[in-house]
Amino acid sequence: MANNQKVIDYDKIAEMESFKKLAKKKNSFLWAMTVVFLGAYMLLPVLTSYTQVLHQKVVGDITLVWFYAAGLFIMTWGMAHLYVGKANSYDKDAKAIIDEYERGAK
Amino acid sequence: MSPIAIIMFVGIVGLTLVITWWASKKTSTASDFYTAGGGLTGWQNGLAISGDYLSAASFLGIAGAIALVGFDGFFFSIGYLVAYLVVLYIVAEPLRNLGKFTLADMISARFDAKKVRGTAALSTIVIVLFYMIAQLVGAGALIQLLLGIDYWIAVLLVGTMMTVYVLFGGMTATSWVQIIKACLLMLGTVIISFLVLAKFDFNILTMFSHMTTATDAGEAYLNPGLKYTNGIDTISMLIALVLGTAGLPHILMRFFTVKDAQTARSSVIWATWIVGLFYVLTIFLGFGAAAFVGKEEIVAANAAGNMAAPLLAQALGGDVLFSFVCAVAFATILAVVAGLVLSGASALSHDIYGQIIKKGVVSEKEQVIAARVGSIIISIVSILLALGAQTLNVAFLVSLAFCIAASSNLPVIIYTIYWKRFNTNGAVAAMLTGLISALILVAVSPNVWNPEAGKAIFVGEPLIFLTNPALISVPLGFIGGWLGTMLSKQEDAAKYREVEVKAQTGISVQDVSH
Repeated sequence: MANNQKVIDYDKIAEMESFKKLAKKKNSFLWAMTVVFLGAYMLLPVLTSYTQVLHQKVVGDITLVWFYAAGLFIMTWGMAHLYVGKANSYDKDAKAIIDEYERGAK
Repeated sequence: MSPIAIIMFVGIVGLTLVITWWASKKTSTASDFYTAGGGLTGWQNGLAISGDYLSAASFLGIAGAIALVGFDGFFFSIGYLVAYLVVLYIVAEPLRNLGKFTLADMISARFDAKKVRGTAALSTIVIVLFYMIAQLVGAGALIQLLLGIDYWIAVLLVGTMMTVYVLFGGMTATSWVQIIKACLLMLGTVIISFLVLAKFDFNILTMFSHMTTATDAGEAYLNPGLKYTNGIDTISMLIALVLGTAGLPHILMRFFTVKDAQTARSSVIWATWIVGLFYVLTIFLGFGAAAFVGKEEIVAANAAGNMAAPLLAQALGGDVLFSFVCAVAFATILAVVAGLVLSGASALSHDIYGQIIKKGVVSEKEQVIAARVGSIIISIVSILLALGAQTLNVAFLVSLAFCIAASSNLPVIIYTIYWKRFNTNGAVAAMLTGLISALILVAVSPNVWNPEAGKAIFVGEPLIFLTNPALISVPLGFIGGWLGTMLSKQEDAAKYREVEVKAQTGISVQDVSH
């Protein structure tokens, strides 16, 4: 296209060491965390369906299952903010990669 | 109907129409229509996501479920919230970086084939229609109950309103209707929760203790197992809840209304807090209804418990609060169905008409006309289906929509972003396997078949015991995508590198668009 003068050479970026490093770092963080939160979440129906362990009272009449549920809520908020912190640092890496590419392209 | 209720309903209708009128002046291009020009800020989109997501099923359904079955009703709140981590960690940013208006755009960024786009559009339309029928039938029954008007008038009323918002105000009007609804819903929920807590001297321990004797379930009310007694079925349902959100077209579409991945990210944070706080408060709504309205009265008003929250409002705050909560429920329904119409129209008009039939050669003006025609078609079809579905028990349609979204859309999204070997064949196979298996498994499930007459749609033995088939259909979607890929030699590593670079760095979004 005439008005889009800058053609991005994606192959070149994909081959850059810094890009490969970022992609690997980012993906392993994302998938490891996904396994953690899905694991914590799916453990709940397993525990409620096959054991009585969450039925015990902890504080007053509040049973352990409510604390487990509260834990999942706190986990969701906490991991959402953890993600933002990580993603902001990945943004810097991504910007450095694009800068590196643009310097190389000139 | 009391004068105060009429004032509140008319107020909501009037306010949303003013917004639509204002938005219509800002809606001239296809990008305005589908994505509000991509100009929403993080908090605006976060509130809009919340307004889009917290359906009547969340507000009325979960409050009723907790009131009737205690902790088992709270499973929904947990699943619907944790789902946001899947959206945030896996889907939101790559989707924003790769897509334009629709999910099909994002998949087509890698596989530029008509059959891929067509299948993605089909899956979107099926999910939208199922979800919409559930919302409209629920809305019709609710408004019939609240205002004492006929079911068909109620459905037409909601149907007309949603069509007007989308037709004239596009995504801008839809977003602001959702934002206002989210604020009203939070306000109503906080007020009721405050009144419930006040009854227990603001002591949560007192409230929980009271609940051990307040219902006929006794101490079991506070423990899981009152409703969900089959482990595999419970696990299957929770899979659909947590994975479905990341495949729901009307939620995914909201990520195209912001300018970049950073804003997409911050909007999910906003949504996670708002939606999460709402779901915490569902405990107070449910407990309060069980304690101060009582099971008998709740079930007498609606067997599924949908009237629990409005009845609680009446018990604690009289006619004024009751009217307010009913008006909020009305706004809730309007905001959700408007979002659904828009995402259905985008699949029909942008994907099928614009990209497949017209091969992408459409002028700006034609695109906007097509978008409006598409909205009308989606609205009319769903209104007609809802009018015919009045007597159906539609509660399972929402979980079916989540199940299809998790089985058909999520595998293809994940493979497209993260799997190098994935190809056109695999994309079509993943979507069709997920979609068809979810539909078939539900068609033979206890939701549709029951040996006792009147308990389900047909009389007979179900072929499977799972009420929600996600445990089977989600893995089938992934396996279908894998098999379809492996059975074809096609591979395009260069294209994947492009998609990977775009998804990871957002480079083309920053440089080319906006």
